[in-house]
Amino acid sequence: MHEKNQSTRRRFFGLAGGAALSGAVPIVTLRPAEATPAMLASAIRNVVGEAPVRPGKVKLDVPPLVENGNTVPMTVSVESPMTADDYVKSIHVFNEKNPQPNIGNFYIGPAAGRAQVATRIRLADSQKVVAVARLSDGSFWSTSIDVVVTLAACTEEVL
Amino acid sequence: MPSALINVPPKAKRGDIIEIKALMSHIMETGYRRTAAGDVVPRDIITNFTCRYNGAEVFRADFFPAIAANPFVSFFTIAKESGRFEFEWIGDNGFSETASASITVE
Repeated sequence: MHEKNQSTRRRFFGLAGGAALSGAVPIVTLRPAEATPAMLASAIRNVVGEAPVRPGKVKLDVPPLVENGNTVPMTVSVESPMTADDYVKSIHVFNEKNPQPNIGNFYIGPAAGRAQVATRIRLADSQKVVAVARLSDGSFWSTSIDVVVTLAACTEEVL
Repeated sequence: MPSALINVPPKAKRGDIIEIKALMSHIMETGYRRTAAGDVVPRDIITNFTCRYNGAEVFRADFFPAIAANPFVSFFTIAKESGRFEFEWIGDNGFSETASASITVE
């Protein structure tokens, strides 16, 4: 008797909850397997190997609050004289929560004059973006920034 | 039809650091989206971009699905001599496009 009551009450709450949900704006979070901080760390290791990555020298410009994760302007610049014997070889950008931890690799050299690249990226969630620079002396420098995304990329259905 | 938008200053002084911008129209389908029926939409992205200045590579990039549709890049180079910039985009499903722009260095 007691058990029956409970199951009815449970069912009532279940139905009420379902009704409330269907009445609300449908929030579709079709999120495929997302990258994890561990995947981010291993993606960075794939680039730098065993070398230590020091914070500094790199500047990552991404708006801290993004309305549309489908196209987010991003600029990375590295402090470097960009001379024949002291220059930036490459810049690598990673993310924490997209389905894949890599965003892009950019290879430059002393002919660039200025170690700065810009592009537009996708962010599937509010997350950390990391930029790593490889210098001509073999050292690695990095910075990271936390970005809040209100409309995520990759989550909407295609019809 | 793929189309490229290139921005190279037509003139520069020798030794100037110039900004180059390049955009290629492309859907950059991530391979992580699904149709209403639940099927994965296959990946279709540009994976590589290269810029050569009178034959010498000055910039190269590897793109991943996290690069937005119609991939845009901006980068810098030193104006050394008059000549041509050649741009090349390579991607999935045999995608291959080129574009070029010339510069006069005084």
